[in-house]
Amino acid sequence: MRTPPCLLSLTLDSAVHNLSNITDLSPFPDHILIELFLRTLRAGKLTERVLKLFIATGKDEVFSLIQALNIQVTVTPVLPTSKLMSLSIKDDEIDIVIGALRPDLTSFMNEWRTIFSRFHLIIVKDPDLKEELKIPEGFNLDVYKKPDIDRVVGTSTSTIFSGYSCRYFGYLVSRKKYIISVDDDCYPAKDNKGILVDAVAQHITNLTTPATPFFFNTLYDPFTEGADFVRGYPFSLRSGVQCALSCGLWLNLADYDAPTQALKPEERNSRYVDAVLTVPARTLMPISGINIAFNREVIGPALLPSLRLGGEGKFRWETMEDIWSGMCVKVVCDHLGLGVKTGMPYVWRNDRGDAIASLRKEWEGVKLMEEVVPFFQSVRLSREATTTEDCVAEVANVVKEQLESKDPMFARAAKAMVDWVKLWKSVGSSTSSPGA
Amino acid sequence: MAEPATATQAAAPAVPQLKDELDIVIPTIRNLDFLEMWRPFFQPYHLIIVQDGDPSKTIKVPDGFDYELYNRNDINRILGPKASCISFKDSACRCFGYMVSKKKYIFTIDDDCFVAKDPSGKAINALEQHIKNLLSPSTPFFFNTLYDPFRDGADFVRGYPFSLREGVPTAVSHGLWLNIPDYDAPTQLVKPLERNTRFVDAVLTIPKGTLFPMCGMNLAFDRELIGPAMYFGLMGDGQPIGRYDDMWAGWCTKVICDHLGLGVKTGLPYIYHSKASNPFVNLRKEYKGIFWQEEIIPFFQQTVLPKDCTTVQKCYIELAKQVKEKLSKVDPYFDKLAEAMVTWIEAWDELNPTGSSVTNGKAK
Repeated sequence: MRTPPCLLSLTLDSAVHNLSNITDLSPFPDHILIELFLRTLRAGKLTERVLKLFIATGKDEVFSLIQALNIQVTVTPVLPTSKLMSLSIKDDEIDIVIGALRPDLTSFMNEWRTIFSRFHLIIVKDPDLKEELKIPEGFNLDVYKKPDIDRVVGTSTSTIFSGYSCRYFGYLVSRKKYIISVDDDCYPAKDNKGILVDAVAQHITNLTTPATPFFFNTLYDPFTEGADFVRGYPFSLRSGVQCALSCGLWLNLADYDAPTQALKPEERNSRYVDAVLTVPARTLMPISGINIAFNREVIGPALLPSLRLGGEGKFRWETMEDIWSGMCVKVVCDHLGLGVKTGMPYVWRNDRGDAIASLRKEWEGVKLMEEVVPFFQSVRLSREATTTEDCVAEVANVVKEQLESKDPMFARAAKAMVDWVKLWKSVGSSTSSPGA
Repeated sequence: MAEPATATQAAAPAVPQLKDELDIVIPTIRNLDFLEMWRPFFQPYHLIIVQDGDPSKTIKVPDGFDYELYNRNDINRILGPKASCISFKDSACRCFGYMVSKKKYIFTIDDDCFVAKDPSGKAINALEQHIKNLLSPSTPFFFNTLYDPFRDGADFVRGYPFSLREGVPTAVSHGLWLNIPDYDAPTQLVKPLERNTRFVDAVLTIPKGTLFPMCGMNLAFDRELIGPAMYFGLMGDGQPIGRYDDMWAGWCTKVICDHLGLGVKTGLPYIYHSKASNPFVNLRKEYKGIFWQEEIIPFFQQTVLPKDCTTVQKCYIELAKQVKEKLSKVDPYFDKLAEAMVTWIEAWDELNPTGSSVTNGKAK
């Protein structure tokens, strides 16, 4: 005679039958829960809703079963904030601007070929460079040399583009939405897994996903795959703001100043930090010009050549122009509610130059920073400054008022900023859209 | 896929740093089996175990650990009527451990956190990294793009003013979590299977003026510099809110650190967080917090502490006053919380008489 089913078994069968009415599985003891799960599976009744019920119990055994059976959940997020906004960026929205301070760009271009060849490049030759540029074939590019620069801005103005500042000419004449700019002594880096880093793609990702400057996310960029906003992050701040600037980093020769590198001549940066983060609002930082990208439409005029050290030279250790420009950009972004990100992508920066030799030239810049930093930390722009050009003009005014007496270099910088805004309006084209 | 290290993989350091100056505070309601895994790293240190829930239950501590254990009866006995400020049925009760400790440093960890592995497979000594973070300066006044300049192989970048390179004392070291990330309930519900597998090899100072969500799962701090600010609030039994204890302490702490010129670091070390709590239960606890934080955060962002608040206690009492003034309109809970904040300071000063009037930093 067949043994009749036990009461528990009957109850479980009834539960499977009535799954649509069950909203909470937490009262179920573990072993019964597992048996219910298996019977649900066997009955073919494991829908997404039911699976979520089981997951919600938080029981390890349930998770183990789900993993072991490789059950996948396709979750349609209710809150889309975490989804990576992968807009399809058209290649023709991007210009890659390279300032050529050395004549032979062959190995540089070849190393970057697989990453750069899709895009249009603007190569600007340092007007002080005498030799002819050597550029390999196979790229879609425009090259600007001293005669071209003279023609566009006039011979007296073209001096502002000497040395590392030559790249700003490229920013000025570009008509694209996004600009990516890398020094000519940097090559593509490899990440921790040994894979070549596509710096362009990472910069574009940074610029096309929101920034979160108003509250710090401890898991860094919440818009990246596998991450999100952590507990305690206010929901009203989760849509973020537009990212205007993406600052990358450097492996091998890091962007140290001359005293630091001279003190540690063997030190090379080998730490690949797998993160992008938004620099909080009102927090200033040294923005290096070695590896950056920006939204030209939104912030173009704020990247400017203006502070030129008396002894400025052809090594980054002998300049402060990018640091000064970066301070302006950050202040403007903070005022306009735009974001600045830092972190990946990394580039590999080749050894070049002698820190000790540069010490003599850069100490002046080092001394300047003591004034520059507190100054920018105190700058407050007026409510009426709603466009990037207006903001830059205001900063220039404040520089003139407050720093002019400290060093004539600042007076020159202030004038250069005012001139730059004029130049941008006439040559840099069309409208710069008002800040977000 | 992130995996925890096994107990045998963890190698004890040759010399356990600060072993007589640091207490490990662990709140628990179940058991302390997880300590077996941490044994090579934790055994040299003194543990303070705060037992939540039913005091008649015995929590078994694995052999070989030097510890003191406090249950609810002990808390009531030691604090008397002031025990009302210590939460019940919530890991917020851990802050009682901070109060009774006599050491300079505290490391606190949850009982579902295990030893993580770095990308090379090596077991991470979280305590050692926290100590490194606390013993090296912070740089809150200017952001260093290469993260912590005091770490091996890093430094201040070009453009970083030399006058700011000395840094300030570090008051808090906030660690992170591999595997189950510290998400809120709505995010957990939407992404129940997301695991944090990204090992970010960085420590950084959170800039002055910037608030952050401080998680209490893997946290260390200098008790002498900031201890009284680490009150984990009124949560759990009889309270309208839960899972905001560490958040509250974090906001108060950051405001006070900014005022006193102290630093807060975040990033390494990672621990392996093994247990995902029930998102529905969490949602019920967090629900009010999700709305309230929209008011609370602007409150903390706009708070100004007067110049004469030169100690942590003074800052905290002032904060309590402002909470009462500005947040009780959000909910009467904040009235209670403000009072509990004052009770906490009174209890702290009672149990820690000598350190209370030491100026901890320069008020900015």
